[in-house]
Parts: sequence; structure tokens; C-alpha cells
Amino acid sequence: MTSPSQQYKELSREEQVLQRIEKARARKAKLKEERIVLAHGSGGKATQTLIEAVFLEAFANPMLAPLEDGAVLAAHGGRLAFTCDSYVVSPLFFPGGDIGDLAVNGTVNDLAVSGARPLWLSAGFILEEGFPVADLERIVGSMAAAAERAGVQVVTGDTKVVQRGKADGCYVNTAGVGVIERPLELGVATARPGDAVLVSGPIGEHGITIMLARGELDIESSVASDTAPLNGLVERLLDAAPGVRGLRDATRGGVATICNEVARAAGVAVVIDEEAVPVRPDVRGACELLGIDPLYVACEGRLVAVVDGDQVDAAMDALRSHPLGEGAAVIGRIGDDPPGLVLLKTSFGGTRIVDLLVGDPLPRIC
Amino acid sequence: MRFVDEFRDAEKAQALAAQIAALCEPGRQYKFMEVCGGHTHTIYKHGLEDYLPESITLVHGPGCPVCVIPMGRVDDAIFIARQPDVIMTSFGDMMRVPGSNGAFFDANAQDADIRMVYSPLDSLKIARQNPDKRVVFMAIGFETTAPSSAMTVLRAEMEGLENFSIFCNHVTIIPAIKAILDSPDLRLDGFIGPGHVSTVIGCRPYEFIARDYGKPLVCAGFEPLDLLQSIYMLMLQLKEGRSQVENQYSRVVPWDGNLKALQVINQVMELRPYFEWRGLGFISHSALRVRESYAAYDAERQFLVPGVRVADPKACQCGEVLKGVLKPWECKVFGTACTPETPIGTCMVSPEGACAAYYNFGRFTRQRVKEATRA
Amino acid sequence: MCLGIPGEIVEFMDDRPDLAKVDVSGVRRAINIGLLENEKLKPGDWVLIHVGFALSKIDEEEAKAALDFLEGIGQAYADELAALADSKID
Repeated sequence: MTSPSQQYKELSREEQVLQRIEKARARKAKLKEERIVLAHGSGGKATQTLIEAVFLEAFANPMLAPLEDGAVLAAHGGRLAFTCDSYVVSPLFFPGGDIGDLAVNGTVNDLAVSGARPLWLSAGFILEEGFPVADLERIVGSMAAAAERAGVQVVTGDTKVVQRGKADGCYVNTAGVGVIERPLELGVATARPGDAVLVSGPIGEHGITIMLARGELDIESSVASDTAPLNGLVERLLDAAPGVRGLRDATRGGVATICNEVARAAGVAVVIDEEAVPVRPDVRGACELLGIDPLYVACEGRLVAVVDGDQVDAAMDALRSHPLGEGAAVIGRIGDDPPGLVLLKTSFGGTRIVDLLVGDPLPRIC
Repeated sequence: MRFVDEFRDAEKAQALAAQIAALCEPGRQYKFMEVCGGHTHTIYKHGLEDYLPESITLVHGPGCPVCVIPMGRVDDAIFIARQPDVIMTSFGDMMRVPGSNGAFFDANAQDADIRMVYSPLDSLKIARQNPDKRVVFMAIGFETTAPSSAMTVLRAEMEGLENFSIFCNHVTIIPAIKAILDSPDLRLDGFIGPGHVSTVIGCRPYEFIARDYGKPLVCAGFEPLDLLQSIYMLMLQLKEGRSQVENQYSRVVPWDGNLKALQVINQVMELRPYFEWRGLGFISHSALRVRESYAAYDAERQFLVPGVRVADPKACQCGEVLKGVLKPWECKVFGTACTPETPIGTCMVSPEGACAAYYNFGRFTRQRVKEATRA
Repeated sequence: MCLGIPGEIVEFMDDRPDLAKVDVSGVRRAINIGLLENEKLKPGDWVLIHVGFALSKIDEEEAKAALDFLEGIGQAYADELAALADSKID
């Protein structure tokens, strides 16, 4: 049995450097900036560092620690899921929906992927002085329709108005409560080698829609946001395949970010097959034109599931049988080495890493 | 996608790889430099090196226009951005390049208004929509991008816009290649020539490399099969004892370049007597500035930039990486003190920088990954 | 930065002779074609797009030649593999 230091000496120089880098990455994150920058909101590395250095430090508790999409709480003999999200999308209205749709569907989805039946939402509004009431009515109308579609109710709320220039039209925050009726314990940290990674449909539609809707790029396309409530889809999936380890709502940061979170939380390798990742041709065209990788582009109506390898067929049948899961695909597998990394087998046949994004290519998309 | 997917075909890649391997002389090592940052990006993004035999090494060159901008120029740009009523506009890759006191995005967090654009024409639009602001475009890039900046200036002139200017940091590729060729540290067998720069300057400017230095150069496209084919063509030249300039990217690159593009550059811009390249030092006649006749559109004349020369941080070995002397992981601070999140040098910031490409895409050893992806 | 994407010209703009609309995989954008004014572009032509400008007209014959070469190499390789599979040394 060679000692770790002897093992290290036997590695090639390149491997030594890579090992030192992995050690450096595993160290506790330190926040270097003195001021908030846009990257802190992008869902990538900067967001992660901010959460760990500021919020986790202050709020440390076991319910928060897993950092899943919702918190699971024990209450009066049962379990609840509790989540919240703020919506700052610009523009407010875009092909496929508006901020109201996102505000309801986004929170419903975070509850659904926690294994809960979503029930009640709160809705807090921060409105800018001068914001048209007609626009507010439109947004609230969308929320009402989305709530009905998802089978939830908005049961409490709040409204604040700030002076002109202190908010960009309308910001919405929704918190949600759901009841967990299954004995499942969902969490991506339980992913293990042999598991499969599934996505419920084509990726990148929301993020590209928002980029194009900003009107700065003069790009015409028929891409629309995929915003949708996924609770029905999740029910069907969990009924058919109880071997689902974890579910995630693929929002900002895209599928790549979720795969990195899985790899990190479970200490496993995630190997994605580029050919298998579903992307619509026009989303792909827009990404190529702008030089963006669709793997990092936000969705608002797609889930990523880590499923026991033996239950992949059952899971896929369940997803595909639901209108929101028609385009579902198996995009990768979980392996044991290299742990904590996401690898991509390119359609060209080579391999590369998929890391967390550092910068922020698409500010304020949800 | 037409003209893209056909050049990403895995089966053809295997065939080419076999041909390349067959041309390798036993016991001989081959080193090719790919000059262009876009090529570095493609190589890592598609995992091209998986197709090459161990005896062929690809060395990354200084063809990343973001990577070669010295810190002092970034400071100058931020100085301009901080002036009252200025909107600075820039390509995305510049947003995180570190100056002495932070990058563009840090300046935004304080008091500057620096916006990301995809085209200098977007910048012009912002100028039209904000007549009370002075809009500046951070013009970077090699000869590929210089015509676009020049055309935008001409358009601004045509429209009579008075609030638009460019901060010109365009550099030219030939002096950079010559600096590499004259560097004693490097022994290269050939060059994978820049693809898109060549659509503007054509293939003739590279002839001196083959003729005077005896090194073959193949102008390559940006899809992975283009690169593999170019390597194949280089190996064939070596095998046959030739040293010539060849054009693999003939579907896009005209041998004589784009005359109109060259004319437009020449109309609006002129060569600076010298310019500092990060890592390579001062190179004469290697960069462009706006001509006197277009002074109204020259940010350097419109704003009095400090123009201070800032030395690179001591730990930074970007220069050696840019020259291909060091591989990214051989730099002492690679991945530890210098990461994409906390970059010390530009090679780690630009998506085309060798260090960023290796860190983000290639940060593993071949064996481990072969096992991981085989099953 | 070297990002250049092939796109198909679908439409010209009457009021702006220096612009044209291109299609990239179903997505459309107006680009400046001023650098190719000597090429006499028409709808159906393919161009290389870089930061909102057309830099070069794609030569379809050269593209075909490049693909034919790759096909040829591919075929030769496939033939060799087949030959290898067929041959036996025992």
C-alpha cells in the first residue's frame, strides 16, 4: 500500500498539477468582491460562492444545507416542502409568457421537484412608481391562470411601491408550500455510479427567448419560452419510477449547472453524451450565432432527473406519456471517476469538461 | 446546420486520424502551433486531441486578441467609461479582463456604464438612441474584426452621428507570428494558420514563413474536421519535404483576401509605429489606430487617456503561454492562484485563451477520461 | 472573437442596400453586407457572418470539394477496416 505522498510522486507532472487544482477547488469558497456584480446572480460559480460565504455562513441549519430547490420540513407528523424565488426578468412580457407565468410555474416546479404536491403560494410585488396598472393586471391575470393550471392557490401577498427609477417596472417574489405524501427522500447527493441522467425535453428555449426579446440583437425567431408547471409530469414520473434519486428544475445556469451540482454533491462523475441532448434547431442556431453553449442556457419548464439505471425505461415511458415530457431524453450516466467533474462526450467523438460558468452571459432572465 | 455539421462528423474524423497516424515517423515528435484563439477553443471544445497520436503536440499561439491587451489599456478603457455621460460598449469577452483595479464588470459595480454588445453596429444603435450620451466602442480583434469597426465609423460619419467613437485596440497577426518565429525558445514544425483573419488578408502574407523560415502553414477552418484535415496536410508536407502555404479553408478564404475590407481598414485606420502586446513586449507596426481624418471618431483623441504602462503581476506567465513555450498547466499559478474566477492574466479570462480553454474544457488526463467515457 | 458562422441570405432590404437578412438554422438576423459589395449577392447565397458583418461569400464548389475529400478518406478507411476484418492470419 503506497502512502498518499508516494502516490503523488508517482503521478506525471501534469497529473500532479491537476491534483493540486482539485485540492484548491475543494477549499472553502472566499468572497473576494466588495460589491455585488451581475455574475453573483447568474447561477454559476459566483452565485455559489456568495451563497456559501454569506448566506450559509449566517443561516447555517440542516434544512438549508442540502441547497436543493426546496427545503423539506417535518411538521405535525408529516413533511412539507417550502421554497421561494424572486423574479426580475426583463422584458416583462415575451413570447410564450410573462413574469407572472414564471412567478407561479417556477415556484410550483421547485416544490414538485422536492417530491411535494404544491398547494399554496404567496405573492409579493415591488412596483415602480409610474408602472401601468394595465400591465399589472395582465401579469396578475397570467398568475391566476397559471395557478389554476397547476392546481395551486395564491393565499397571501404583499405590495410595495418604490420611487421612479428604484425598480425596473415590476419585481415579483413567490414563496410556496407543498405537502410531501410519498415516503421518498429526494436529493441529488444520493446519485451513484450506474444511474442515468434524464432531461424532460429540449433545452435552452427560455433563455434564448429572453435574449432575443430584449430587442437589442435584431434577431428574429419563433422560439418561445418553455415556462410550464411540471407537477403533473413529476407525479407521473414518481409513480412509474420510485428509483428516482433526485430531481431539479433546470433554470438559470441550465443543465450544465445542475450536472455540476450533482457531481459535487454526490462526489461522482457525470458523463453527458452531446448527441443525446435535445436542442431545437432554432435554439441551436441562435446559440451558434451568439457563441453560447445551450447547456448553460436557462429553461423554465424542464426538469433533470437522476434515476436508478434499472428504472430508466420506466422513467422515460412515464415522461414521454405526458405532453410536457414528449421530448424527454437520456442525456448521460453517472460514473465514479473523475469524482466531482462533469464530462461531455462531444458529437465529434472527443471529450471535454463541462464546468460551472464563471461570468454571466444572460443577466436577468428569470 | 449546413457548412457546420458536415465538418463535425466523427466517422470521418477517425479516418483522418488514421491517415495522420500513418504519416508519423517512428521516434519523431511533431509540434504545430495553432495561432488563432478560435482554433484553441475548437480543439478543446470538441476534444480534438483525442484523435491525435501522442507524437503530435499542438502548441497555442498568441492569436487571442483579448489575451494580448496589456493591463494599461484596460485601465484606459475604464478611465473613458468613468467619464461623465459615457456609455462604453464592448464584446462579452472583454468584460472580465483584469486591469490594475478590476475589470469592466467591477467598474459597472461602481459608477461606470459598460454594456455588452455583439456587434459594433449595436453600439451605433445605442449612440442613436442616446443622443445626450457619448458612446464608445471598445474595438478589439485582429484583421478579422478591424473592417467591421472601420465600416461602423464610416456609417457613423454617413449618418452625421456626433456622439460615437471607437477605442481602437486592433492588432495585426503577421508581426505576432514573426515574433514567434524569431523567438529562440521555440522549435516548431509548422503552423495551423488563422482562418478568419485570412478572409481579410488572404494567404499571401504568410508566404515569408514558408519561404524564409522553411515552415509549412495551412490556413484552417474552425470545425474540428477542418483542423484535422489541416494537420493531415501539414504532416503530408513534412513527409514530402515541402514547405508551402496551403489553404484548407478554401470554401471561405479567398487566396487574395477581401479587397474591400482592406480598403476600408486603410481608409479609417493606420498602423501605429509600435504597440505593447501583453507577454510579447513592444512590437513595431503591429497595431492600428484611427487616422487624423477621422479624429472625431477616435476615443483616444476625444478623451485624454492616462496611457500608463502597467507591468504584469510578477506571478503571471502569460507571455510564455502566449508564445507556446509553456503549456497552461506548466504555469506556476495555473488553477491555484489563477482561475477563471480569479484570473491573474488574460490567458485565463478570454474564452479563447489557452489557459481558460484547458481549465474549462481539458482539465483532466487522457487515460482517466478514456476509461470514464468508454463504458 | 474569431467567431464566424455560415448563414444563408434570404432577403434584401429595399431601404438599406448595405443590409441583408440571413437565416441561421431558422433564426434570422439583419447583417451588413457592405464588405461584399463586389460579390453581387443573391438570395440563396451563403456567407460567413462575423460580429454582424458578412466577411466572405462561401464558395459552394470548394465546400463540396472539401467534403468529397473527407468522404474519400472516409471510404478508404472503411475499405481498409473491412479488409482488415476479412483477412485472417491463422
